[in-house]
Amino acid sequence: MPEGTLCNKKPVSTKEELNALLADSNGRTYYAEMEELEVDSDALWALIQKTLKSRTKTWLDICAHCGLCADSCFLYSVNGRDPKQVPSYKIQSTLGEIVKKQGKVSNEFMRMCMDTAWSKCTCCNRCGSFCPYGIDMGVMFSYLRGLLHSQGFVPWELKIGSGMHRLFRAQMDVTVEEFVDTCEWMVDEALEEWPCLEIPVDKEDADIIYMINAREAKHYPEDIVEAAILFHIAGENWTMPSDGWEMTSLSMFAGDWEACKMQVDTVYESMERLRPKRMVATECGHAYRATVIEGPYWAGRPDGKPPVECLHYVEWVAEALESGKLRIDPSKRIKEPVTVQDSCNYVRNAGLRDCTRIIMKHMAEDFREMAPNKEHNYCCGGGGGFNGIGRYRKQRNVALRMKREQILATGAKFVIAPCHNCWDAIRDLEEEYEIGIKWSFLKPLLIKMVEVPEHLLPQE
Amino acid sequence: MYEILTGPLLWIAFAVFFVGLTVRVVLYFRGLDWRLDRVAYRPQMKYGIRGAVRSVYSWLLPFGTHGWRAKPIYTLMFFALHIGVVIVPLFLEGHAVMIKNGLGINWPAMPQILADVLSIAALLGGLGIVVRRMLLPEVRILTNINDMLLLALILTLLASGIVAAHNPVHYSFWITLHVACGVTVLLTAPFTRLAHIVLFFCTRIQLGMDFGIKRGGMKTNFDW
Repeated sequence: MPEGTLCNKKPVSTKEELNALLADSNGRTYYAEMEELEVDSDALWALIQKTLKSRTKTWLDICAHCGLCADSCFLYSVNGRDPKQVPSYKIQSTLGEIVKKQGKVSNEFMRMCMDTAWSKCTCCNRCGSFCPYGIDMGVMFSYLRGLLHSQGFVPWELKIGSGMHRLFRAQMDVTVEEFVDTCEWMVDEALEEWPCLEIPVDKEDADIIYMINAREAKHYPEDIVEAAILFHIAGENWTMPSDGWEMTSLSMFAGDWEACKMQVDTVYESMERLRPKRMVATECGHAYRATVIEGPYWAGRPDGKPPVECLHYVEWVAEALESGKLRIDPSKRIKEPVTVQDSCNYVRNAGLRDCTRIIMKHMAEDFREMAPNKEHNYCCGGGGGFNGIGRYRKQRNVALRMKREQILATGAKFVIAPCHNCWDAIRDLEEEYEIGIKWSFLKPLLIKMVEVPEHLLPQE
Repeated sequence: MYEILTGPLLWIAFAVFFVGLTVRVVLYFRGLDWRLDRVAYRPQMKYGIRGAVRSVYSWLLPFGTHGWRAKPIYTLMFFALHIGVVIVPLFLEGHAVMIKNGLGINWPAMPQILADVLSIAALLGGLGIVVRRMLLPEVRILTNINDMLLLALILTLLASGIVAAHNPVHYSFWITLHVACGVTVLLTAPFTRLAHIVLFFCTRIQLGMDFGIKRGGMKTNFDW
């Protein structure tokens, strides 16, 4: 059986296919079929010849095998310094071999590559900043994921996630109607406490277009209302698009570049349709990376920039606090020791290291830095899709240990994580290791702490 | 033997070295692809150049980066080796004499004592790197035969040069070995990992541009 009914080289293109995948509990049939999946070596080699150019080729050839990348990788550290977790080894023994063998590799080898690409690398890109040559193995693993995806060797959840983007232009099945509906009833519920609150949908020429993670629409709609309240208090002229509000990209984790393009095209279309001055993104690291940092290239924009200036939520909050649009009630500042988990995707890969520090200056009386921090911070342990793949849950739980140690070393019992993936990882970390910490996004904290102008309060 | 090595073969070796490495550089940059690499090299050249300069400069400085500072002993061995194999051959008195005789150019030379210190430091650094390669499991797993051959070649080049300069006994053997190793380095550099002589700059420039243009360089400078 070269091509399975669930596990095959064809991406999801219909709801029936998607439902069939979803019905396969834990991907049992999917992974069983994967063991029989044929490797199309010619197609694989053709793809490599088309896409592996001097940057990646030189990275593979030039590695001096010095091992300086070893200690930069948190997965190497938390796995007992296993030499097989050295980034250079991981990429040379997978992508390096595929290239050397010109794509003539076995099914078993491809499955080993899949396990390596999704459970031994979170594409946090930390190794790239510790290699004297600047060999970024996170970038290469992302490339490898694309090759594996083209051959159907992709974790079950990510085939589904990518399929969702293809069908719904969101990582979850949220339609335009459902989304607009959610906004409406969430505002209705909040009106008593926040008179005149609104979520302006499809307003043209606003100052800000706000974009989110589909999880918020589907499972945490209170997050959208919190954002609305904060824009309301800050007096922003803002809007949300009814379509094209989803910034995340499970397809980026999956290496499904075609779906990545479909997703950002939708987002950029909504920017072009509504002509906002700026975009503000919700508290999500990979969503920002996908839409703002990588997205322009998927969409083929030569200047490498999205259609409008884009801010991660931490940028907007820092700006609002500094400009006085939002003011923290001094008596409500966080008194207990608090630390921040910056997402790799915005701190290392987008240069936003100062924002959370500015925010903490306003919000916290005892802010504790993790070590290392800023652009050298470690991954939360669940990035790059790691959190969401059942097959690698055990490895993911081991991966959380680095963040556990970092948090414990600060002495803080409260962790602020302006990123969905980091937030999830820290929640799971507490569940798994019970170190007695609390964790939060910024929005719920800000709402409790900001001064509300008199005229926005309900009339008694 | 010595005459052949320092005669036409040396000229051929230098030609192969310079032409070959130039070709590697040209091919590298021509092979960069803004869509595949996802870096807007040309439209954002100003940010790219700034990122590239910072990226190369930081890594050329001993202890100039978090990476170098994280591994101080390796960093010392690394810079001892590289300073010794780059600076000494360029400004050694013995080499300056050859340049004077061959090209008629008055080439500057460093004091012999400085050359001795730097060469011996390079030799020790290189030996340290060999030992490290064999001792540390995380380096051993990456090491292949080519890594060892390359180190053997460079250390033989260094050691034979030092011996030839100071030990008149068997001078012709040591100097011939030294020149043979030197010619081998020149001839093989473009085709082996020795190409890092130029490709180091290429890959550092590329990643510097990546960070300078795309990954935050328009907002903050990456703290290498």
